[in-house]
Amino acid sequence: MSAIFTIAKRELGGFFNSPVAYVFLVIFLLLSGFMTFMISNWFGMGQANLAGFLVWHPWLYLFLVPAVGMRMWSEERRLGTIELLLTLPVTPWQAIAGKFLAAWAVLGIALLLTFPMIVTVNALGHPDNGIIVAGYLGSFLLAGAYLAVTSMTSALTRNQVVSFIISVVVCLFLILAGFPPITDLLVRWASPGVVETVASFSVMTHFVGLQKGVVDSRDLLYFASIIGFSLFSTSVILRAHRAG
Amino acid sequence: MIKVEHLQKRFGPKIAVDDVSFSVEKGEVLGFLGPNGAGKSTTMRMITGFIPPSSGRVSVGGFDILEAPLAAKRLIGYLPENAPAYSDMTVAGFLAFAAELRGLSGDAKRKAVHRAIEMCFLEPVANQTIETLSKGYKHRTCFAQSILHDPDVLILDEPTDGLDPNQKHEVRTLIRTMGEKKAIIFSTHILEEVEAVCSRAIIIDRGRIVANGTPAELKRRCDHAGTVTVRLAKSAPGAAEKLAALPGVGKASAQEGGLFHVIPCDKSGTGIAAAIYELAARETWTLEELHTEEGRLDEVFRSITLGDKSTKEVAA
Repeated sequence: MSAIFTIAKRELGGFFNSPVAYVFLVIFLLLSGFMTFMISNWFGMGQANLAGFLVWHPWLYLFLVPAVGMRMWSEERRLGTIELLLTLPVTPWQAIAGKFLAAWAVLGIALLLTFPMIVTVNALGHPDNGIIVAGYLGSFLLAGAYLAVTSMTSALTRNQVVSFIISVVVCLFLILAGFPPITDLLVRWASPGVVETVASFSVMTHFVGLQKGVVDSRDLLYFASIIGFSLFSTSVILRAHRAG
Repeated sequence: MIKVEHLQKRFGPKIAVDDVSFSVEKGEVLGFLGPNGAGKSTTMRMITGFIPPSSGRVSVGGFDILEAPLAAKRLIGYLPENAPAYSDMTVAGFLAFAAELRGLSGDAKRKAVHRAIEMCFLEPVANQTIETLSKGYKHRTCFAQSILHDPDVLILDEPTDGLDPNQKHEVRTLIRTMGEKKAIIFSTHILEEVEAVCSRAIIIDRGRIVANGTPAELKRRCDHAGTVTVRLAKSAPGAAEKLAALPGVGKASAQEGGLFHVIPCDKSGTGIAAAIYELAARETWTLEELHTEEGRLDEVFRSITLGDKSTKEVAA
């Protein structure tokens, strides 16, 4: 446990000693503000909720989360520090968890820094804060799912750009499989059962429920299993790479 | 402390390390020699548990590296090839990080970091980030990391690579002094280093151990080893015959300018220089030079690693 903490602390230091964390925070806040106010026209909607804000997160995260996570393992492989890390008395699982948690914490900080949205909506109206909390929880889990996918892709290659592109494609698939315009299109060719099965793999299906304030254990389980599966794949890839 | 049994590593069809067995005890410094790509680093990576062997066993301090990796890794200090380090950290920060992962905390951690910085002469750069350091400092930072927890086993992959002559000397001295209490394996392709530091050397070529012995033993495998060179001030008639007649001498040949090469019948024969000296005293020859060739490690290295290849190529 303390090894996970030590590794996470080092990773966090790495984020904040380099421009990565700051660039991410600023871009995330600017873009989410832009989407909410200019595209969703949040003030014009006249609704005391954060739907117009949270709806953009799957798309924002699509590019920003792989950007934060792409160096996670590829940089270790490129610099050779992976050899150092994994010959210290640390299990690969501790290293994977430590790195993942540190990057997830950065994403969490970004999300917390959007607190003025909550303040504003509470000042202007009487929103259901339970729905808002569920929506934030959904957003955080979504970011974790993308990040775990990025952890897996960054273990695949020593090239950060390749890692970034593959994780964007995988995450895009996770969105589109349940994105209404796509599922509506698919229904014309495939039986509803098939479309539903494919859609159940999508982050959208599960994110939407949380946005509406429904904390369903199936949705939580979905995100937990995406994260668990991706991190497990990371360990398999790392082991295969070491075995040559 | 370190026991390696029938270690083998295949990368696809290529066999990088083939049936390597040896052991290193406390108080020994084992030099790992070999041409580039001979399998030195691969062997070290298997010993430290970074890559799993295809077959064979490694145990460190009685712990199998595959079955009890954490217990084994706790005993090991490892300097990987090219001395990787997290370039965004400061030297002190990096060492503190490694110390924490080694399970040190509080005062023990501070002391360990301080000691390692001192031993590796890193005081001037302790608070600099590693990316701003010169290669020598960067290398020593990674070296400091390996000795942080005062490990019983040290595995050093080319510890003097990229250092200037003074730094090389410092690192060698460090290895030699630490070697009195630890089991150390280090790889190098600088042969004088082996003579200066090692108590034993292994030469590895294309994945196989081709020689294993003390530096003196290895040198004795040289063709010229044991040959005594004698130079007389004045030419003495019949000197070559008299030298050849000495007990233990196989052949004596006269060269230009009163120079003789005396080859013993047995390479390990040490007495012939003394016998030659006594002969010279009896014959009242004036000796200008009397020198026993110890053999040269680089020649042994070349003859083992190249000679082998040519015979194999012929066989193929």
